[in-house]
Amino acid sequence: MTVETKTNGKPNVNRIGLTSQDYRGGETTLCQGCGHNSITSQIIAAAFELSLAPHQVIKMSGIGCSSKTPAYFMSRSHGFNTLHGRMPSVTTGAVLANRTLLAIGISGDGDTGSIGLGQFKHMVRRNVPVVYIVENNGVYGLTKGQFSATADVGQTLKYAGTNVLPPIDICIEALAADCGFVARSFAGDAKQVRELLKAAMSFHGTAVIDIISPCVTFNNHHDSTKSYDYGKAHEERLQDIQFIPRFDEVHVEYEEGGERYVQLHDGPMIKLRKLGRDYDPTNRWQAIELLERARQNHEFITGLLYINTQRQTLHEVMHLTDTPLAYLPEDRLRPSRERFEQAMQEFV
Amino acid sequence: MIQMPDTEIQPRPLDRPASEPIVNDFSIVAATVNGSGSQTANNVLMRAIFKMGVPVSGKNLFPSNIQGLPTWFTIRVSKDGYTARRETTEILVAFNQRTADEDLASLVPGGVCVHPNDITFTNPRSDVSFYPLPVRDLVKQSGVDAKLRDYIANMVYVGALAELLSIDMNEIKAALERHFKGKAKPVSLNYGVVVAAAEWVRANLPKTDRFQVAPMDKTQGLILVDGNTAAAFGALMGGMTVCAWYPITPSTSLVDAMTELAPILRADPETNTTTYAIIQTEDEIAAAGIVVGAGWAGARAMTATSGPGLSLMNEFVSLAYFAEVPCVIWDVQRMGPSTGLPTRTSQGDVLSAYYMGHGDTHHVILFPGSMIECFEFGYLAFDLAERLQTPVLVLSDLDLGMNNWMSEPFTYPDRPLDRGKVLSADELEKFKDWGRYKDIDGDGIPYRTLPGNPNPRAAYLARGTGHNEYAIYSERPQDWQRNLDRLTRKHNTARTLVPKPVVQEAEDATIGIVAYGSTDPAVREACDMLRARGITASYLRIRALPLEATLTDFLAKYERVYVVELNQDGQMAQLVQLHAPEYAARIRPIHICNGLPMSAQFVVDSIVSAEHPVT
Repeated sequence: MTVETKTNGKPNVNRIGLTSQDYRGGETTLCQGCGHNSITSQIIAAAFELSLAPHQVIKMSGIGCSSKTPAYFMSRSHGFNTLHGRMPSVTTGAVLANRTLLAIGISGDGDTGSIGLGQFKHMVRRNVPVVYIVENNGVYGLTKGQFSATADVGQTLKYAGTNVLPPIDICIEALAADCGFVARSFAGDAKQVRELLKAAMSFHGTAVIDIISPCVTFNNHHDSTKSYDYGKAHEERLQDIQFIPRFDEVHVEYEEGGERYVQLHDGPMIKLRKLGRDYDPTNRWQAIELLERARQNHEFITGLLYINTQRQTLHEVMHLTDTPLAYLPEDRLRPSRERFEQAMQEFV
Repeated sequence: MIQMPDTEIQPRPLDRPASEPIVNDFSIVAATVNGSGSQTANNVLMRAIFKMGVPVSGKNLFPSNIQGLPTWFTIRVSKDGYTARRETTEILVAFNQRTADEDLASLVPGGVCVHPNDITFTNPRSDVSFYPLPVRDLVKQSGVDAKLRDYIANMVYVGALAELLSIDMNEIKAALERHFKGKAKPVSLNYGVVVAAAEWVRANLPKTDRFQVAPMDKTQGLILVDGNTAAAFGALMGGMTVCAWYPITPSTSLVDAMTELAPILRADPETNTTTYAIIQTEDEIAAAGIVVGAGWAGARAMTATSGPGLSLMNEFVSLAYFAEVPCVIWDVQRMGPSTGLPTRTSQGDVLSAYYMGHGDTHHVILFPGSMIECFEFGYLAFDLAERLQTPVLVLSDLDLGMNNWMSEPFTYPDRPLDRGKVLSADELEKFKDWGRYKDIDGDGIPYRTLPGNPNPRAAYLARGTGHNEYAIYSERPQDWQRNLDRLTRKHNTARTLVPKPVVQEAEDATIGIVAYGSTDPAVREACDMLRARGITASYLRIRALPLEATLTDFLAKYERVYVVELNQDGQMAQLVQLHAPEYAARIRPIHICNGLPMSAQFVVDSIVSAEHPVT
């Protein structure tokens, strides 16, 4: 690896004095060319550009190829590789214990679309603050090539034959559960992935990004709808997305030349320049209609599908004290003798 | 017809002179329909007797539905302070026609049957005192709204029993005021029926039985509480910050109690904020997952569940064991296998809890045997979980958890919270070579860091896969074996930290008895009964797994050791034999598995028949 350098020879550092190298993890053990590796690179880039403090991030995952990737980024962040389909509940517990942590949850299409669908939707229902990334390749890779629940009808695999069941659409499921940030992207579209990640990392609540992430070993053949070639040929971006962090000076100009700004919690903004289709990502009905039409017409649409910044997070509905629960001192954990005696009166 | 399980038990003749009054030494069984408000009536009676200074216990035998099926509530009145289930019924409140015949058949000779005058018996008995009551008329005269008549009808037997047994009417009224939280109208309405019934009985029914409640001074300063409430209280005193749960009988009331107590104990009314999060989840898998995540991130986290819910938590308990995450699981045991009998008590989860998970696992288990221990283990479980960095399962049961028990008042915890080996950023600097799973102290317990620790060396990726001392993924045989060996060392360290058995040693004992959990009251009573029959027993009550040397020493002293429990396979007896194979031949399992709480009579009969076989 070579350290990124400016022309003056000094390493390029972010606002907290870290290089992008500081956001790396261990060497990947995934296949060369795997879409998941591309996503890992963009997570590193987004965290670096946002100047995230690594110790304030937790990396959570379930089981599958994608769930191995937390070992490949941000080695200075705590992480938990949990159970198949169960990352949402563990993440919920972790962020309840410490509300100051930024949770990045990595999942796959089997992890979320099959065994974890219940937890995924209930996490969204609770609006747990987490960047929830589904690295979606339509196939079980570690077990060598079975269809996942996100595989399209009619897809064929070498050993699994033809898929006859309709796919579960992660984005539709997120919208149904009232998710406030729903996006789809493509691992081959690095810039879009990175900008969506930065927006999601600044979003206040559950942010779901379903990223089509080709499995180069089992599902990248010429007629696969989740291959690199298919994505490059068929991807239709809804917008040109640019994330604008809080510390940049920006003039807020609405609807100038087809541009639109969405302000996030504490000041950052997303700039959306529409491409072709006239689309309002703050309209949930429109998002659902768009996805249904895309399904019927076999369109591969990417971008920010829906955003709603008004929902309360789980911490807020729970009225939790400001100090993270994990940091409460004993005198706030153990009730006083006076309160103890007051409660005892219930039983005399 | 629905059969009451202990119908098979033959009533024993009363062993007293016919003329002598029986004071404060009998059981009242109220046979009613559930959902009809009989719980209020039963608890009012129980509390009134308790406030008269007489020791009582209550056992609710209820169906798994919302309303309309037979339910039985037993109030045991015991001048000697015994609280175990009593096998005989001396006083029957037969308010359910569907079960009236079986209920009557199970009364002892000389017993009492209080019943609505429109309930008929197929085989009336001449050796029982019958007291027919004009329930419909009394309820009608009260002027209560028609919708409430079925609920208030149960107050008729409260009044009748108060009159027949000399229960203090002032205490009845006080109990009603407590139940209705001082609301004058319902108190007046209910108490009105009680008084009317008592007056009617006094005027119309001469007393023909020998039973009486007389004031004593044996309950001064005691409280009445159920184990689930005690557990919730203890957990909150132990600094619980995250409770995730899914409703299931009989553990639901634990979190219900927590939800009631938490605002009193741990909320700030000025800022309208709390220092706890109680989350009802979509299933028990998610409940366990939230608890594991919270425990990993530094919270004192727990869940409460029963049977089938515990089964669903298997994989997460396995993960928490192997990733070494502290968490607490209250398992309020109910009858299995499978859905089994959701509203019946059991000690059937011992083996599955101890070995929960795939691969070689063994967990720390606590067995509270009293209300005080439900309270104390409520906070102790967190200390052990964080000290040992492992799941701690507290095995209560339906009898302990859902029934009301007399208890000494709880006392404020006398030890500070034990947060275990957690390294701050500064403390980590003192370690030249720290690894998350490195056994630095030799006790098998490593040092952990919490997410958010700003030291760049603090981070590690927790996982359920193979890992080395630095938490890095590893498939190396030596890493795997070293880790399992260290986990075994940790479990042996747990042996030195968990609550030791309680031993009641008798100098001239010829046998030993071992028991745990809710069977304790029955065994203590059985020891007294055995002594009266010439058999002296020492008694050891197990309070935790893993087992340790106190038990081994106990086993060494007695040729025969009876292990008493409420399951089919003598699960604890098996563990005792594994723990001390040199004494395995001395173990005599005594187990019964029929959904009913343990009775002293069963223990005595089992031991007597073993010690004095009939030839």
